[in-house]
Amino acid sequence: MALLSTQGVTVRFGGLTAVSGLDLAVEEHEIVGLIGPNGAGKTTAFNVITGMNRPTEGKVLYRGEDITGLGRHRISRRGVARTFQNIRLFKELSVLENVLVGCHVRMDAGLFAATLHLPGYRRRDREARAFALDLLRQVGLEENAGDLATSLPYGKQRRLEIVRALATRPSMLLLDEPAAGMNPQETIELLQFVRQIREQFGLTILLIEHHMQLVMELCHRIYVLEYGETIAQGDPAAIQNDPKVIEAYLGAQ
Amino acid sequence: MRPKRTHLYTLAALALFTGLLAVADLTFDSFTLRVLDLCAIYVVLALSLNLVNGFTGLFSLGHAGFMAVGAYVSALLTMTPEQKEMNFFLEPIAPWLAHLSMPFVPALVVAGLLAAALGFLLGAPVLRLKDDYLAIATLGFAEIIRVILTNTQNITNGALGLKGLPRYATTWVVWGCAAASVAFMVLLGRSSYGRAMKAVRDDEIAAGAMGIDVFRVKVVSFTVSSFMAGVGGALLGSLLTTIDPKMFTFMLTFNIVLIVVLGGIGSITGSVIASIAVTILMEALRFLDGPLDLGVVQLEARPGLRMVVFSIGLMAVVLFRQRGLMGNREFSWSMLSRIGLLPRAGAADGAPGGKHGVA
Amino acid sequence: MTLALFLQHLANALSLGSLYALIAIGYTMVYGILRLINFAHGDVFMLGAYLAFYSVATFMLPWWGALLLAVLLTAAFGVGLEWVAYRPLRDSPRISVMISAIGASFLIENVAIVLFGGRPKGVTVPDVMNVKLTLGGVSIMSVSLVIPIITFVALAVLLWVVQRTRVGMAMRAVSTDLDAARLQAIDVNRIVSFTFGTGSLLAGVGGIMWSYKYPQLNPLMGVMPGLKCFIAAVIGGIGNIPGAVLGGFLLGGIELLTIAFLPTLTGYRDAFAFVLLIVVLLVKPSGLLGGAAVEKV
Repeated sequence: MALLSTQGVTVRFGGLTAVSGLDLAVEEHEIVGLIGPNGAGKTTAFNVITGMNRPTEGKVLYRGEDITGLGRHRISRRGVARTFQNIRLFKELSVLENVLVGCHVRMDAGLFAATLHLPGYRRRDREARAFALDLLRQVGLEENAGDLATSLPYGKQRRLEIVRALATRPSMLLLDEPAAGMNPQETIELLQFVRQIREQFGLTILLIEHHMQLVMELCHRIYVLEYGETIAQGDPAAIQNDPKVIEAYLGAQ
Repeated sequence: MRPKRTHLYTLAALALFTGLLAVADLTFDSFTLRVLDLCAIYVVLALSLNLVNGFTGLFSLGHAGFMAVGAYVSALLTMTPEQKEMNFFLEPIAPWLAHLSMPFVPALVVAGLLAAALGFLLGAPVLRLKDDYLAIATLGFAEIIRVILTNTQNITNGALGLKGLPRYATTWVVWGCAAASVAFMVLLGRSSYGRAMKAVRDDEIAAGAMGIDVFRVKVVSFTVSSFMAGVGGALLGSLLTTIDPKMFTFMLTFNIVLIVVLGGIGSITGSVIASIAVTILMEALRFLDGPLDLGVVQLEARPGLRMVVFSIGLMAVVLFRQRGLMGNREFSWSMLSRIGLLPRAGAADGAPGGKHGVA
Repeated sequence: MTLALFLQHLANALSLGSLYALIAIGYTMVYGILRLINFAHGDVFMLGAYLAFYSVATFMLPWWGALLLAVLLTAAFGVGLEWVAYRPLRDSPRISVMISAIGASFLIENVAIVLFGGRPKGVTVPDVMNVKLTLGGVSIMSVSLVIPIITFVALAVLLWVVQRTRVGMAMRAVSTDLDAARLQAIDVNRIVSFTFGTGSLLAGVGGIMWSYKYPQLNPLMGVMPGLKCFIAAVIGGIGNIPGAVLGGFLLGGIELLTIAFLPTLTGYRDAFAFVLLIVVLLVKPSGLLGGAAVEKV
């Protein structure tokens, strides 16, 4: 059974159909790509899966359970984490604090336990800090732990957003254009990093990306969207040779 | 983890402050002492607004309403039956209220809890609104409270207000409450829950994606803030010994907004400093409202000039120094070391609550 | 209740409602353009009334001359207010702009207390406005008939400006997307000034009419009407000019008719608007005539 699947998900904004009859299925431990020209409805699909938008029609299933229209925090707590296309860091918090926010829910820290720094809270707080620092170390951000998140260069902000998502201990990670704005060197590092965290945390990954080389290299399977419709799906080799895709997407070059 | 030295500094500062307070309590005349006590009450109120506004990013303009509830509840709970009878000459007090009486401290807690309950009831629907809509809805709520207080003659004595409240709000009580508020805010700010609030403030959508129940955090923040505002109102009533609905207009909320903005939205240190500075200035500049003798010209009394000065002050800060006195930074001992007032501590990370500190 | 009495209440409600509507238009125009609650709008209203009062008392102008002068000065004041208090904050967070608006409101009120004195002043109502008209048991003062006429004329003119003129087109562009309008070489500052000028002008007219209807001035007279008219604008759908007029009439109607039918609630009169506001915000935050807003992720 697929870890995550969408069944006939359709999203309409007024007269505009952003996503139409989307049927995704992502197996456990897979890396799946979602590609398509701008405005194809990729981010809208992410928004529906993570509870940011409600679909007009259709269902989202996670581990076989219907999670359609659940609050975004509930979906996150079930183990679905995401990053955003237009980086959304907590701008007045430090790098470490950004990651610690990701740990908050797992710390189960109520207002009073946390404020009074009760012993149980202290222990969980120490563990969370160690975990967060360890994550930062893995992506080479430990030296920036005390810096303001928004003072980081762009590439590091992207990495921080991924780390922050990992801090929620997800089993499914959705990455929205993780390589956007990265230079070739950073893109290669990102590729390795995504593979590494998938191994380390046993993640399943769904990603939106325009960087074709990265997608073809990284993904096991790819879905191609155009104007909200799914026009093709399959492994990278099949996608590269699909005439419809070439016409709609690659052929544009 | 933190160097012990800063703990010692903190203890020493606390002891020094307690000592100064004792001296003030014994030697100050009653007017000066009252101003000093007023400072403490404004610390509580400013911190309570800072909790919703600075920590959680909710712009609430309903503080006067919660203060009014706190003030009336504690007044009615602490006045003796005879005092109540003297006040309610237009219409007798509701019988169930006439003989209700308890000591000040429990009354203070009840006042806070009732204000909190009201904050919760209001917050549950209203906190779905954003920015200016929230501001105007909370402002409206405070006005509704005031209208109700004016019209429930047999409970609140209506527009006549309550006079001769027992004065339990001594220097030790009010400064105790102020210290408790500061401690609460500092500890909350450093805790995971405080971080969750700040995450909600910075980006609601991302906070939700981190699994934080954004709405719940907002309601908790608003409720706790209402509690503090209720306690602040109760203290204010007891200090002034007279309350009436006209006291709790938007003007009062404005004063608190002024303090928080001047101090720097989000900064506990800023709120404390600005509370004290504004309260003292409000009193010190009282002469502006009287006749002015400028040497050459004599001006007749122009009441209102004082508030003109404060309004200009607020405008100047918003227009030219938006982050206020402290921005959202906090005081720390290492800050003093850095400017050479204290010997440098061994470790560099001794910044308790320091904005960008790893501590 | 007799029919005549009911009609009497209705006439009063219409008159008050149209006054609310006149002021609400200014709120809604400014909000439509800048997404800003101009907290000082009620104080501009107060200023209009005082300026007319002093034009008569000090310069001995005839009432219509005083009205004209006061209205123009009020409009200029509105433009100046935006220039000083809001323009420097055009790119700041909305909270900062709102704090500035609150500060400006308090500043104007307190300066007014210092300049005009805190004690209420009596207004000499011009004879034309003070004629008692009686029709089938319903009697109203002529001013109460003049106000709705002004309101509807203002509404018609504004709708024409917004829908049919170049300025109106620019206003709609700025309202839809300020930055995009700027890129289209629209002089955003001029449009904003025009909006503030027009809104303040109407507030000035409203203030003067208010002082003819309730012939007493005090520096805080704009606070309550200001808040209520903002609420009227929200009820109608903020940013929507006919909505503001509708909201004004609704609010005036609800206020006066509730008191008429349930006199025990008279003391709660000032709370109605706020209760209505909270209900509207919860049920349909975009107001009666407003469109739905979509949150962007």
